[in-house]
Amino acid sequence: MTTVRPPISDFDDAFFWEGINSHKLLIQQCGDCSVLRHPPTPICANCGSMNNQATESEGNGTILTWIISQHPTEPDEEPRIVILVQLDEGTRIVSNLVDVAPTHDQVLNDKRVEVCFVDYDGTVLPQFRLAEVQS
Amino acid sequence: MSGKRAVIAGIGHTEFSQNSGRSTMQLAAEASLASIRDAGFSPAEVDGTVTFSMDTNDELALIRSLGVPMLRFCARTRGGGGGASATVQLAAAAVESGQADAVLVYRAFNERSGHRFGQPVQANPDPVWNWASPFSLNTPAKVYSLTFQRYMYEFGLTNEDFGRYTVVARDWASTNPNAQFYERPITLQDHQDSRWIVEPILRKLDCCLESDGGVALLITTAERAAAHGSDAVPILASSAIQLEGGHEMFAYYHDDLCEYPEGRVLGEQLYRQAGITAADIDVAMIYENFSPIVFLQLEAFGFCGRGEASDFIKDGHIGRGGSLPTNTNGGLLGEGYIHGMNNIVEGVRQLRGTSSNQISGAEHVLVSAGRSGIILGR
Repeated sequence: MTTVRPPISDFDDAFFWEGINSHKLLIQQCGDCSVLRHPPTPICANCGSMNNQATESEGNGTILTWIISQHPTEPDEEPRIVILVQLDEGTRIVSNLVDVAPTHDQVLNDKRVEVCFVDYDGTVLPQFRLAEVQS
Repeated sequence: MSGKRAVIAGIGHTEFSQNSGRSTMQLAAEASLASIRDAGFSPAEVDGTVTFSMDTNDELALIRSLGVPMLRFCARTRGGGGGASATVQLAAAAVESGQADAVLVYRAFNERSGHRFGQPVQANPDPVWNWASPFSLNTPAKVYSLTFQRYMYEFGLTNEDFGRYTVVARDWASTNPNAQFYERPITLQDHQDSRWIVEPILRKLDCCLESDGGVALLITTAERAAAHGSDAVPILASSAIQLEGGHEMFAYYHDDLCEYPEGRVLGEQLYRQAGITAADIDVAMIYENFSPIVFLQLEAFGFCGRGEASDFIKDGHIGRGGSLPTNTNGGLLGEGYIHGMNNIVEGVRQLRGTSSNQISGAEHVLVSAGRSGIILGR
């Protein structure tokens, strides 16, 4: 069983984790200039607006980089593949790749992925799986 | 050289070990007293301090051990080891502006026998960790590897390429009596036989040597150093770069994941201040928590082109007899990880002519902590 350290959300990112609990991948969006930003910030650096909105991501993206996460002195801990995803909307997010064996003799860079939501003992996380269509 | 120019007048350090057997305050005080005496100063002449924001040794507690009666300047750097050279920048700014006459820079910890930075975070230290630790990015090795992997992919490198750096670092360390890996060189096969820490990027021998110890510097002006008979080394340039969207650990959000943009801008700043170019650097001291960061910095500072660091190392440039002897103390992998401060000590020794691995005729030394750096020169 994968154990997950839950996020400790605060004012600036509460909307994101509330969205995740509703199985929505939200990206912060400026209500005035429409620029997207992640991780969230309290003020839009592009226009100075505090009118913070969010838009729902389609959940499609590309793996930029990845590692296998397994603590070397805790061999019983289940390994996870950590990925950095370039979402099609333009922002990036750190997540995990599920349904793929965590072995290092594969190339995952530039693979297309799609979001899914996994409940780890009460903590819901946005996760990704390989897309059926690899274009 | 102007008499008002900041210089490193004194260096001091404890032994570097896996278990110091004493308090971090004692390590800080021992290193500090050594640096003050090395400069030919008395503690009563110190009127400023600089340390890391992460350092646990309080300034006022420290001066009670040293006999420093008064401080009129206290500053701390941001971030972790990336701020190592920024300590010198802050101290230099203080003495050149007249805010202080003699600034003690110190850093001491029991980073092996006490709190180890390399262990998994147990709770998110600040909100930025929400975007990492729930997804199992909970150690520095993992956090950094996520960017290193893209670099490997883009340029077709394997972990063996990183191992060639470690072999060089351990070679330098093998002839440095202060190094914990003194007389213990390794082969590339030894590196490849060490266990994976983060597949497929880092093995154990790619990771810095978590250590106990203390390092201190005494920084003053050239004219004061001369009056005290110090063997002073001038600080020709100092800078610390932070870029919007950047982060010393989670460097995932800038456009190009295969470069170190803070290092590139830092290099430009340092060369301009010192009035030199990369070709004028005789010795490079490059902060390496993990071996791949050396590759990114060699490229960022213009010692080789984008994606060329692997060949640069393979061709022998950074080792004995090379064009750019690098981390001649063995670096943080070979001498010890004192948060980068021991690399500054080695830079001073190279210019004093007192290094265990002395590079003859060294005139300019770059000491980089990646996002902060200094150029020392004669």
